[in-house]
Amino acid sequence: MTASLSGRGLGHSFGSVAALDGFDFEIPAGDTVALVGPSGCGKSTLLELTCGLREPDSGRIEVAGETEASGRLAHCAYMPQRDCLLPWYPAIDNASLALRNRGSSRSAARRGAAGLFSQFGLAGFERSLPHELSGGMRQRVAFLRTFLSGKEVLLLDEPFAALDAITRAELQEWLLPVLLEGSRTVLLVTHDVEEALYLADSVLVMSARPGRVLERIKSPGDPSLSRSEQVTAPAFTSLRERILGLLTGSTEGFAGSTGESDAGRP
Amino acid sequence: MRGDRNDAGRSELLSSWVLPILLVLLLLLAWQLAASSGFMADRLGLEEFLVPSPAEVAKVLWQDRSLIAENAWVTLVEVVCGFLIALVVGLAAATLLHLSDLLRRASYPLVVASQTIPIIVIAPVLVVWFGYGIGPKLAVVALICFFPITVNTLDGLQSVDREKVKMMQTIWASRRQLFSRVEVPTALPYAFSGAKIAVAVAVIGAVFGEWAGADRGLGYLMLQDNAQLMTARLFASVFVLSMIAISLFALVALLERRLLRWR
Repeated sequence: MTASLSGRGLGHSFGSVAALDGFDFEIPAGDTVALVGPSGCGKSTLLELTCGLREPDSGRIEVAGETEASGRLAHCAYMPQRDCLLPWYPAIDNASLALRNRGSSRSAARRGAAGLFSQFGLAGFERSLPHELSGGMRQRVAFLRTFLSGKEVLLLDEPFAALDAITRAELQEWLLPVLLEGSRTVLLVTHDVEEALYLADSVLVMSARPGRVLERIKSPGDPSLSRSEQVTAPAFTSLRERILGLLTGSTEGFAGSTGESDAGRP
Repeated sequence: MRGDRNDAGRSELLSSWVLPILLVLLLLLAWQLAASSGFMADRLGLEEFLVPSPAEVAKVLWQDRSLIAENAWVTLVEVVCGFLIALVVGLAAATLLHLSDLLRRASYPLVVASQTIPIIVIAPVLVVWFGYGIGPKLAVVALICFFPITVNTLDGLQSVDREKVKMMQTIWASRRQLFSRVEVPTALPYAFSGAKIAVAVAVIGAVFGEWAGADRGLGYLMLQDNAQLMTARLFASVFVLSMIAISLFALVALLERRLLRWR
């Protein structure tokens, strides 16, 4: 179960504010692509458009061959910026929400989620209420909930933005193998360039609003290295600086190049 | 640490129970002194039996306990049944108004208008329509309780976190599942706030209902006692009435604590 993802000439406005304009992207099935850009450049809008919660004003999005909003929604799971756990359900019921929504009984849904709790570093916290969990654990439960939707495409909207630096690094290290071993197609929105390069196969750098793709950069990821080895490797740091340069350039208003390029590919 | 926590617990107990009780005792003592010394009657220019002391009220409460209890039971039934009617109708109305934009826009002014009806004026009309039985009392109580329950519950249903809705939509939730798993739990604390306000004012509704025409109940008894200048028993009825309100309020609050453990 793999699905590719693409968008052509996407444009979307909120009133007189253009969030996206002429946005093109393509994600091969099974890949993880990160989207970085200055705040307010339409990253979150792009996710809502992709999963069919909104229709773009112009352009066309295709998810696993589906272009209709309802068809896209059937293939995409969306993990919002905040964990959005339901405070009235214990962790296990939050994680297994998708199973229950699809008609499983509470006990069957719990059985379906229980096995993954240890893999997700949550063993022993099945019955804890969200407010009893740490920020990092809440985020893991939220990811597990997204994961258990059984959808081929995961759309992650700054999943670790609210966490402190140490917890964020831990979760990135934990998430990478999960993404690598699965066959899911992932679109990850982040403002953390390091996170983008570390977790994704390639990084789309966006311009300031209205958002367009400035450049597509292949990340130098080497799963055999640890996180700290990877993020300090010269290839990694030079790409990071390059992306940061693009981002600060674009916010200062001289975003010249808009096409995709292979620059930075090792 | 442990000692600290115990201290904290103790000071919490002190402020939540001991202080209110202390204040009430202090007020009762002041009243007792002012009444039994004849100071209050003197200042008001009244006969002393018209200004009973708390001790006299307590004495009457004990002496006439079966009469008061009989009438209190009648009022309690009116309050509880009227409240339950308002609860069912209010929750149903809030749900309907939440689910239909059209209905909400059309009938919200009507809901607000229902609260502007002067109960004292409408109660006698209800007696004319429904007779001297329990009917008009239930109608008055329900009318008074309906508004806080409906408005609070509707506010709760409408305050649902948009992000949670989007999240649910991408993990297969149907409209019905969205309602039962997100909207209803979100609205519950609001509904309880409404219910607590409603249950406190329900008692007033019952008394108004009885004043408009009744042959039993604490409101009826108070009218009789007032006419016969039995002020001590009047105060005894007021005391019982507020005990009913406080107990019902506490019951709803307890239920809230039980049901909303996640908060």
